[in-house]
Amino acid sequence: MVRTDLFFFRSTGMASPLVSIENVDMRYGGPDGTLAVSGLNLRINRGEFVAVVGPSGCGKSTLMKLTTGLHIPQTGAVIVANSQVTKPVSIVGMAFQNPTMLPWRTTLENILLPLEIVEKHWHRLRSHKAEYVAKAEKLLETVGLKGFGDKFPWQLSGGMQQRANLCRALIHEPELLMLDEPFGALDAFTREELWCVIRDLHASQDVTIVLVTHDLRESVFLADKVVVMSARPGRVIAEHEVPFARPRQLELLYEPAFNEMVQRLHGEIATARAAA
Amino acid sequence: MTTIETPAPVAAAPRPAFKLNWVRLAPVLYTVGLFVIWEIGVRISGLPHTILPTPTRVFEAILQYWSPIWKNSVQTLYTTVLGFIIAVVAGLGIGLFIGWSKTIYAGLYPIMVGFNAIPKVALVPILVIWFGIGTVPAVLTAFLISFFPIVVNVATGLATIEPETEDVLRALGAKKMDIMLKVGIPRSMPYFFGSLKVAITLAFVGSVVSETVASNSGLGNMMASAQSNFNVPLVFAGLLMLAIEGIAMYALMAWVEKRMTGWAHRSTMAN
Repeated sequence: MVRTDLFFFRSTGMASPLVSIENVDMRYGGPDGTLAVSGLNLRINRGEFVAVVGPSGCGKSTLMKLTTGLHIPQTGAVIVANSQVTKPVSIVGMAFQNPTMLPWRTTLENILLPLEIVEKHWHRLRSHKAEYVAKAEKLLETVGLKGFGDKFPWQLSGGMQQRANLCRALIHEPELLMLDEPFGALDAFTREELWCVIRDLHASQDVTIVLVTHDLRESVFLADKVVVMSARPGRVIAEHEVPFARPRQLELLYEPAFNEMVQRLHGEIATARAAA
Repeated sequence: MTTIETPAPVAAAPRPAFKLNWVRLAPVLYTVGLFVIWEIGVRISGLPHTILPTPTRVFEAILQYWSPIWKNSVQTLYTTVLGFIIAVVAGLGIGLFIGWSKTIYAGLYPIMVGFNAIPKVALVPILVIWFGIGTVPAVLTAFLISFFPIVVNVATGLATIEPETEDVLRALGAKKMDIMLKVGIPRSMPYFFGSLKVAITLAFVGSVVSETVASNSGLGNMMASAQSNFNVPLVFAGLLMLAIEGIAMYALMAWVEKRMTGWAHRSTMAN
């Protein structure tokens, strides 16, 4: 059932990608400012899980801001869901390394926050409160935080806050989930646990995920496609399909083929760094 | 097992009951200590009452002049609190306005700093020209001196929203107003309530300064006329009343702060 769904989404996605970045230049701070990305081309299909890796300062975060419409490029076009991005697109959910939970709200209220913003939800939030709360609680259960909704974020550990952060990014059923190094600040075991959480979320929901990361093992373990970017000004220098069958287990991390791929990516990024 | 466990707490329990909690008693002990040292110091040195009266003489003066002291204390408290309330409303409003945009912040900040640098006592004569002597200039001086810390704190709270939070919300289509209501204003509340403690103390300074130079009532006026009569114990009685009012209002503000923004004191609340 799940497989056919996924297959259906992928096959329709082939026709028109969810995100299409075409020859984009983005310069910060006026005409003499830093050129963050240059000649950037990228296509992300519906339902796909794409990981973006590269040397530091390669414009990965710029890529996120371009895709979500927080920045509008000076040249080139960003097309999301068949329309050119000219203002923030509300079909995305975002999660950063810093969970940024609001400390005066309980975890549940934090998760419901996007619904108070996105237009199609806040109109019915008051009258359908119970329905939304149930949905939030279901999400909490999915990420292993059942019963923690009434705790304040500062009563949770870093890993738990990051799980709640994921719930917040997903509550409004975004078509596109943008993750900017969400697990960077976590210990190795918690990180692997959350990899599995993300993997299962992606398998069970029709969501397209873009993961910006420094961790090459993370990118290979989770993604369908790994995109390698060059040093500043950033552009895509290679795209690799990840051949490992889903569902992937953590044992995969210790297989030679997996490590070979990680090593190859590592080599590419080292070259890109040296070229800069 | 249980028979061994039960007697232990019973035996241990009475001991803490006899033990003094020195931390809780410390404020009282230190205050009493200050008065005792003061008393002994004045008695040993033999200073006359007209220079430095002993605490006992000051308390005597409080009893002796209780009626005018009470009346003037209430007047000072009234002008101070009124000025403070205006400062809270105006400070919150101006703080939100300044914190709203970087341009407004940049434009108004130097003006505010310059205004704050003016000694408020220098404004009292102008206020007297405009409003005459009495309650109005005292209230306005209390307001002028105490609204600046409120403005700065509210504006700072708004200006320091985490960029990630703003990105998350803006990507969802949030307007500036949404971000202010959902994040900025709740976020600046600890700064706001924290500034109230500073502001109320300053408000007393303002009202008393104004009463001293331009009023027929209030503790400032009472102390000024007591001083011209060389009634130094009464001057000190006025100072003591001001200190008491100041401590009471500060404690009230601290309590309000704790009640309203408990989440900001999370280190003490987390178990």
